[in-house]
Amino acid sequence: MSLPFSSVYPLKSARAHEVCGDAGLVFAAIGAGLAKGPVVWISEPRLPTVNPEGLAPYCDPGKLLITRAEGQLNVLASAETALRSGAAGLVVAEVGSAIGLTEGRRLQLAAEAGRTTALLVIPEGAGSNAAETRWRCSGVPAPAGSATASPGPRQNSHDSTLWRWSLIKNKIGTLSEWVVRWDAASHRVIVVSEAGG
Amino acid sequence: MQRRIVSLWFPRLAAERSLRARPVDAPFALTLFDRNSERIHDLSPQAEEAGLQRGMTLVHARSFCPGLLTRPADPVADQRFLRLLARWATRYCPWVGLDGNDGLFLDITGSAHLMGGEEALCDDIRARLARSGLTARLGLADTPGTAWALSRFAEGIAPSGEALARIGPLPLAALRLTDQTCTSLERLGIATVSELHNIPRATVARRYDRNVLHRLDQALGHSPEQISPLRDEQTFSVRITLPDPIGLLDDVMAASRRLIDHLCTRLDTMQKGARSLRLTFRRVDQEDRSVELKLARPMRDAERILTLFERGVSGVDAGYGIDMIRLEALEVEPLGMRQLDRAEGREKDSIADLITQLGNRVGLENILRFQPVESHIPEHSFKLVPAAVSHPAESWPHSRTRPLRLFAPEPISGSPAGAGLEPPPRFRWRGRALTTSRAEGPERITPAWWEDNDSWAHGLRDYWRVATCQGQNLWLFHTPQNPAWFVQGEFG
Repeated sequence: MSLPFSSVYPLKSARAHEVCGDAGLVFAAIGAGLAKGPVVWISEPRLPTVNPEGLAPYCDPGKLLITRAEGQLNVLASAETALRSGAAGLVVAEVGSAIGLTEGRRLQLAAEAGRTTALLVIPEGAGSNAAETRWRCSGVPAPAGSATASPGPRQNSHDSTLWRWSLIKNKIGTLSEWVVRWDAASHRVIVVSEAGG
Repeated sequence: MQRRIVSLWFPRLAAERSLRARPVDAPFALTLFDRNSERIHDLSPQAEEAGLQRGMTLVHARSFCPGLLTRPADPVADQRFLRLLARWATRYCPWVGLDGNDGLFLDITGSAHLMGGEEALCDDIRARLARSGLTARLGLADTPGTAWALSRFAEGIAPSGEALARIGPLPLAALRLTDQTCTSLERLGIATVSELHNIPRATVARRYDRNVLHRLDQALGHSPEQISPLRDEQTFSVRITLPDPIGLLDDVMAASRRLIDHLCTRLDTMQKGARSLRLTFRRVDQEDRSVELKLARPMRDAERILTLFERGVSGVDAGYGIDMIRLEALEVEPLGMRQLDRAEGREKDSIADLITQLGNRVGLENILRFQPVESHIPEHSFKLVPAAVSHPAESWPHSRTRPLRLFAPEPISGSPAGAGLEPPPRFRWRGRALTTSRAEGPERITPAWWEDNDSWAHGLRDYWRVATCQGQNLWLFHTPQNPAWFVQGEFG
């Protein structure tokens, strides 16, 4: 029995989620676009910020509150503060290295206390066991020479990009994976095919 | 009502200020580096008796008086002290102005009776200043000019209308004239104020600048002279002194709440909002601990300020207890009354509070918002502005295909450079071997020639969006003028 996509996405609110993989940033951008209210996006100053022009198809860059925190400790502490305040719709934190169970659990508790969803963009294999779900996102390799093969008249080039979203940890259910694309016109994620499950 | 002015002169202000802090029992002088040598700036009576005077070089003075003790002068602190004295003098009247570096003017019109008359007022001033170790000379008259003359040359009170009688016999310097003018007049045989007053005005006006007659008129009250009172500086600080030291967080917060309530009421009447606050705790061991709070928006909402202080206060080490708390608004901005939409107001407030909370952890300048910039150069098409001083961007132009992450151009390797205008079929980037599966483009972007930008030194760029068989979506560009390929962004 396959796990329906709608049961795990949009992400369960007031929980901490994790995402890794090459296209993790897109997952976060789409999450920000679907979130209600302002989005706090925390990253370290050594990384460039997300590019607002690239973000525009997924999410209005005006609702982002960029926080630059030096070092992982400050990133996590800022995330906890933002989660507890409950003012934001989503808190995205770009984390550079592995998160311990204590930190993960703290974020989880803060998310519950502030009724805010947390999304941590982590490197591969750096997640903590306290997360509600963990996703691995990557681009679906396009078959060579398929530039003209995108179906449908209304799709622009952006929409035709496919991603493979694999649910690799789920506290309350089974794992699965889907191939999805973003529909900018209707502002939602469309499941193209159920790749596994 | 006849105007009555007190001129207060402190002949040894600088020296006495220094001696008040650390008294010495020896000839004492303050020195200041002036005209290429250390010179005496101010001195004690003991030093004056030894034959020293102001302006003398220190070397010279030491030869007169080997036991001379000196300290460096601090004219800025002296000026600050004079301002303090001016503030103190408002206990006699509300209108106090500075007079040069060592004097004050008090407009006591209508307030002398509060101290029991003019005599009593002068005695009170003198007694209080003497008790605090300051020599003061007083003059009381109808005009600032006469009062000044009396304080400098003949201490006393000139009854109303008797200005000329009192200052008549005084030398011309009493009219606040320059030394040069005084000497020149004395050569003509005019040595006192009354002599100047008695000769025809026209003869003086013809030979000297109008200042001479102007000063005389000011002293006699024929032409007006204003006293500029000091600006009433608005300080927003309150403090509470506790009978017994406290140390529990709840107690400290309760005490802080009383201070914040008080401060907010004051801010409210002034229509101001605090932008940055400091809460200082003095512990019983005389050490200070302070908590600073920088706010994202000016505000005077006691409840919210208290909540925002909570984190900082909980981190304070109370030691053996805290017996004094002081709250100070360091930066204050105008904040008018405004009508609040209930729902919207609360949401905005909660965001501002969040910015404040995050700002107090990582610095308010690190909480930013995107603002669009009119530029076709990808990396210049937006800017980051501090969220505390900006509003969210209203609309965002999104017609262009741009990557989600932009970085400095990274050259790709493993492909024959300048192989062609199409993206290379195989290349290496960040140590990974990638194969192009699909490419969209090109989009040609020319450098902004009117700007000096080194990163665009390679000339115009043809941008391609390249999807690889390995799953990456990259933003590559080719520089036809300087054939090479670079990766500048990731679509994710």
